Amino acid sequence: MTDSRANTPSVVERTRPVKTGAPVVAAHFLRETAAFVLGEGAIVLVPRAGEARNVSVHDGAILATAADAKRILTGGDDGKVVATDAEGESTILAADAKQRWIDHVAVGPAGVLAWSVGREACVRTAKGSERTLEVPSTVGGLAFAPKGLRLAVAHYNGLTLWFANAQSEPERLQWKGSHLDVAVSPDGRFVITSMQEPTLHGWRLADRKDMRMSGYGARVRSLDWSVGGKWLATSGSTQLILWPFQGKDGPMGKAPRILAPAEVQVEVVACHPKQEAVAVGYTDGLVLLVRIEDGAEVLARKGAGAPITALAWSATGAALAVGAEDGEAGVIDLG
Amino acid sequence: MSDKVPVTVLTGYLGAGKTTLLNRILSEPHGQKYAVIVNEFGEIGIDNDLVVGADEEIFEMNNGCICCTVRGDLVRIIDGLMRRKGKFDAIIVETTGLADPAPVAQTFFMDDNVGRKAKLDAVVTVADARWLQDRLKDAPEAKNQIAFADVILLNKTDLVEPDALSELEARIRGINPYAKLHKTERCRIALPEVLGRNAFDLDRIMEIEPEFLGGDGHHHHDHDHDHAHDHEHGHGHAHHHDGGLKHYHDEEMQSVSLKTDRPLDPDKFFPWVQELVQIEGPNILRCKGILSFKDDDQRFVFQGVHMILDGDHQRPWQPGEKRESRIVFIGRKLPMDKIREGFAGCAA
Repeated sequence: MTDSRANTPSVVERTRPVKTGAPVVAAHFLRETAAFVLGEGAIVLVPRAGEARNVSVHDGAILATAADAKRILTGGDDGKVVATDAEGESTILAADAKQRWIDHVAVGPAGVLAWSVGREACVRTAKGSERTLEVPSTVGGLAFAPKGLRLAVAHYNGLTLWFANAQSEPERLQWKGSHLDVAVSPDGRFVITSMQEPTLHGWRLADRKDMRMSGYGARVRSLDWSVGGKWLATSGSTQLILWPFQGKDGPMGKAPRILAPAEVQVEVVACHPKQEAVAVGYTDGLVLLVRIEDGAEVLARKGAGAPITALAWSATGAALAVGAEDGEAGVIDLG
Repeated sequence: MSDKVPVTVLTGYLGAGKTTLLNRILSEPHGQKYAVIVNEFGEIGIDNDLVVGADEEIFEMNNGCICCTVRGDLVRIIDGLMRRKGKFDAIIVETTGLADPAPVAQTFFMDDNVGRKAKLDAVVTVADARWLQDRLKDAPEAKNQIAFADVILLNKTDLVEPDALSELEARIRGINPYAKLHKTERCRIALPEVLGRNAFDLDRIMEIEPEFLGGDGHHHHDHDHDHAHDHEHGHGHAHHHDGGLKHYHDEEMQSVSLKTDRPLDPDKFFPWVQELVQIEGPNILRCKGILSFKDDDQRFVFQGVHMILDGDHQRPWQPGEKRESRIVFIGRKLPMDKIREGFAGCAA
């Protein structure tokens, strides 16, 4: 794997290595501070200049995480929803009375948050008021629409769209099967779910037209919108799969762009916040930066280790946080 | 990948003793830590911070297999538990009394994330010696659980007479001759008989002789068990076997075992077995086999659950080892003749 990219330009030497000591499940940036979320209840904060430090936030496993520029929201198997800032200050926002698992969390703009426990999805506004919606089966995933007013809740046999502030009935979009992760396009026109089968399903919200994006070799566990939402980058293959969303029909009737082929699976994708480029993490620890326009590659991490489990760009795109299943992590300075 | 976490599935009809077995597993001083996935919270009498409640959510897959279902809750829970990998040695899934074990087993074959991190160890079925006879008549779930099992605990044996017990044993054998059968009181059993069985490990599909012919299962219970007693005849299809057990054919659930010395043609066998499970998949609960292909020095092993087949070359045939192919199907109303003819047609 590494050999086949021997001539690829590299930024590997710009990496500040971080040893987290436990499997990394996600990465975020709180402004300039990189944050590595560990499966076993802690977050490692790595300020741009300064020592890394480990903050324990859950008494148990962290099952879900999301972040905005100020705080990381985590849900744990201790039944708690916790927000942690760049200083390592943690606040418990909610605690399930029966200590049920917090399966999913989501953050929207202007401080709106959501989480789910079993079949219940809960939205908490910036002012702290909470509302709960019960869906027909266990929540598979949560995502806010761009304005943060509407929450998309994926579940078995479809999706529920819910204006948590309004009295109107939640809207149900049906499609047979188990829907897991959910993503709403940045322009709010499309909502996409990854399914238990190795396919994506999508709806155009204007007319509820269904879209199926298939051909994957494995379940799609990572999806991200490119800057401006022109492309949806996904895992699920040994290549980077990019579905075109520029036109009014989205990817309907179009083939995906396929870049950065490897011998192993793509595990995580993360789109650059300013440019049409994608960081792609593979099963063997390889990380490539891939330009969408022409497929040009830059080597960001050599492929000789544990699967990549987390990738995150800083808001400016000047830094990339990389985390792996064996706890090896790093911050790559691209500024 | 040997660092996959083994998963034991506990099934059994309502009241058979699943929770008793679970409590026994958790309370014995084995030094092992188990993560336990249960359906009814609060029944476990042991403090364990790794007890997770589950709703049995059976999800259909849109892949054309009408019987391909997975347990959606298990996909989610196993993913969550794996974040605490290292904090436990094995996972135990307790199903509800009416559950079909197939979706649980299929989850390990159908979900690549689950399959990468965890492996099915065995399906263990607890049966109530006092009531099983009745349940086999009126509860299809109970029969399913027996047919699907790798290990069967015929429990509460103190509540039935020896004759009735041996009758029951024969009934079970009529449905599933391949499971390890143990007779227990209050689920008293050595844990290695239940855990760490590797029943779904392709490398362990070595012995698929009907278990009762070997008589292995008879050494583990505390009762005196007289196999030389007289049998009453006239019980439908019952007839004598070497071991002294009556041999029953269950009207609905059967097994078929076929073998041949003639090498098989892989270009005939695979299309045949794939078509067979496509058509008969809903009725085939389990299958397994060891195959000798023409011009192939490697033993090929396979196993399946309903329509899902999993197989691989296992190892070279040893010098002096008898090269024969053997397949076993357990299922409902199996078309015996069709299977027999089809298999015979796979010879090279």
